[in-house]
Amino acid sequence: MPGTVQAIERAAAILRTLATGPGRLGLTEIARTLDLAKGTTHGILRTLQLVGFVEQDRNSGQYQLGGALLHLGTSYLDINELRSRSINWADPLAARSGESVRIGTVLEGEVLVVHHVFRPDDTFQTLDVGTLLPLHATALGKVLLAYRAGGVSAGAELSPFTRRTLVDPKALASALEGVRETGWAAEIEEMTLGQAAIAAPIRGYGGLVVGAIGISGPVERLCDSRYRPHPHLITYVRDAARAVSRDLGATR
Amino acid sequence: MTERFVVAIDQGTTSTRCIVFDRRGQLVSLAQQEHKQYFPRPGWVEHDAAEIWRNVERLAPRALRRAGIGLDQVAALGIANQRETTVLWDRDTGVPIARAIIWQDTRTDGLVHELAARPGAKETEERAGLPLATYFSGPRLKWILDHTPGLRERAERGEVLCGTMETWLIWNLTGGLHVTDVTNASRTMLLDVRTLAWSPESLAFFGIPAAMLPEVRPSIGVFGTATAAFPGVRIGAALGDQQAALFGQTCFTPGEAKCTYGTGSFLLLNTGTELVRSQNGLLTTVAYQIAGEPAAYALEGSIAITGSLVQWFRDQLELISSAPEIETLARTVADNGGCYIVPAFSGLYAPYWRSEARGVIVGLTSYITKGHLARAVLEATAWQTREVVDAMNASSGLALRTLKVDGGMTADNLLMQMIANVLDVPLVRPLAVETVSLGAAYAAGLAVGHWPDLDGLRSNWHIAGQWMPAMDPAVRATEYANWRRAVERTFDWIQPA
Repeated sequence: MPGTVQAIERAAAILRTLATGPGRLGLTEIARTLDLAKGTTHGILRTLQLVGFVEQDRNSGQYQLGGALLHLGTSYLDINELRSRSINWADPLAARSGESVRIGTVLEGEVLVVHHVFRPDDTFQTLDVGTLLPLHATALGKVLLAYRAGGVSAGAELSPFTRRTLVDPKALASALEGVRETGWAAEIEEMTLGQAAIAAPIRGYGGLVVGAIGISGPVERLCDSRYRPHPHLITYVRDAARAVSRDLGATR
Repeated sequence: MTERFVVAIDQGTTSTRCIVFDRRGQLVSLAQQEHKQYFPRPGWVEHDAAEIWRNVERLAPRALRRAGIGLDQVAALGIANQRETTVLWDRDTGVPIARAIIWQDTRTDGLVHELAARPGAKETEERAGLPLATYFSGPRLKWILDHTPGLRERAERGEVLCGTMETWLIWNLTGGLHVTDVTNASRTMLLDVRTLAWSPESLAFFGIPAAMLPEVRPSIGVFGTATAAFPGVRIGAALGDQQAALFGQTCFTPGEAKCTYGTGSFLLLNTGTELVRSQNGLLTTVAYQIAGEPAAYALEGSIAITGSLVQWFRDQLELISSAPEIETLARTVADNGGCYIVPAFSGLYAPYWRSEARGVIVGLTSYITKGHLARAVLEATAWQTREVVDAMNASSGLALRTLKVDGGMTADNLLMQMIANVLDVPLVRPLAVETVSLGAAYAAGLAVGHWPDLDGLRSNWHIAGQWMPAMDPAVRATEYANWRRAVERTFDWIQPA
């Protein structure tokens, strides 16, 4: 049997203490209850606070369970928060690539577009924030699927949009394996004829994937003559994803 | 050949940021540090200027490291700063004599009333292009001199210096250069906006010794070379933050306007070399001045509280845990439920200029939820924009066709849609939300020849997002009438002592 991780055991004990306590508890009280050094307790509390499992009262400095614990099953990052934190990095991606940028998260089995930056050519375009896209037929969706525990559910209906849409679960699973290996996904005429897209994961604390950021545009601009995405565009997308992730607290 | 970059320092109300921009005006790296807000009494707001300078020293290497560049790759440094915030320091030691008094601070309320009744008040307002209000630095400076024993004498002897934040930063960056730029100087009430020099009459009116004032320089032109934080880098520009945003939005032609949504919100309209005076509560201010050229002027509609209302909702009411969540909460309901919030926390700025007004929440019933309150918070920003745009249209004689927006609140799609709805014009967001920093960078880069001319900068501007109005005109009219009735209820709350 592999060894246990002491810090996690202690963190669990702290959460139980807070859950069963009379409300907010001070550092000294928590440390005394668990017979832990104050420094150790403080370190664990700070980490739990960072991930949202514990909240500290600004005035008294006392601790209580955090709101994120109550919403463990749902998305832990507010979509408006995600947009707000990524807006500074989505703009340079549009400027450098010359293409439109979208950021998406998963909502009930689809990709929800939470942010959209126009292609910077000053032509008429419409904001499509709030639009839903299919997971299996878009670069954003494939990134989100690739890093989702469980991946594609067995009985999922994979509707075809074009001749190139991945409708065979095995083919999709193997494409997702490729996404996990390379760290980015492409969509080449899988959703719309003549259109391509490149996307990469946005990570939060602990490396959890909280969204995807990508560019989309005509195949002839995004890909070479052999239908492979241009390496410099992949680099721009991955750099932007990393910059957002760093702002969200991902360590790598 | 190694690429060269321009760095901007954005010394804002809640934080200081150092941002590195590439030649296309795109953000390469950003380092940010919040500073402490001091609220020693109701209506008083202060910052520790020494803390702010320490933050700049810390942020400089952090921003360069994140960009992966060295000091030798920095072509120029530009400064944009919170305006009207006033700090005094000892010329010999460089130590502030007290905390900086922030633009939102209303301690000069009584003083402003008293000054307004004195002979020469009208002429002083006329010279400054500004109404007597707690917002500006002149009354603040007089208050400090009046309330600190022996200070006026020391100031007359030149032992104590004063300045707005760009003056403080340049003093520290260069190790003792005491200068300001025309845009910041135009917010003191001490500058004659026509001559762009300190007015001896205005100084006499406020009782300010000339010896304590910085030298007024054009906004764009090399101020000096930094010896600290960015040693060896030339300081190419300094502008008040809102003027910097106007520049960053490349509003170089008369008639072009932008609105920046931050702590407060500020709509500026470029009026060119012509100085336009408003009868509708707008300010006449300097937009920018390139060294060796005449100054460009602007009309400004200032709204004191917009983003800070969201912060209040987060920090004081604790109804949300982060500012962007206001949109999530507001979307839980379809309308405001009849509730309106008028955030006259430090009086009302444009177009009312009522320093005795205080905030109200009206239309409360047992039906109202925190979702309705969240909506009312966002709508307050939309309606305040509408009032300023109405005043702008009346003063300029032109109807605004589209509004260029920027600032952190443009990430709030619901708010942007509300503003488009109540203005009944499209809203356009450029491909750079950080226009304050970008404007400072553009100005600094222009000063050292990193960018050749204004047209070169303009070609960097692109539309990144657009919101089209979609509101029933009848609903708009009813809601606007309700908003105005709510505003009336804020008037005359503070009684003269």
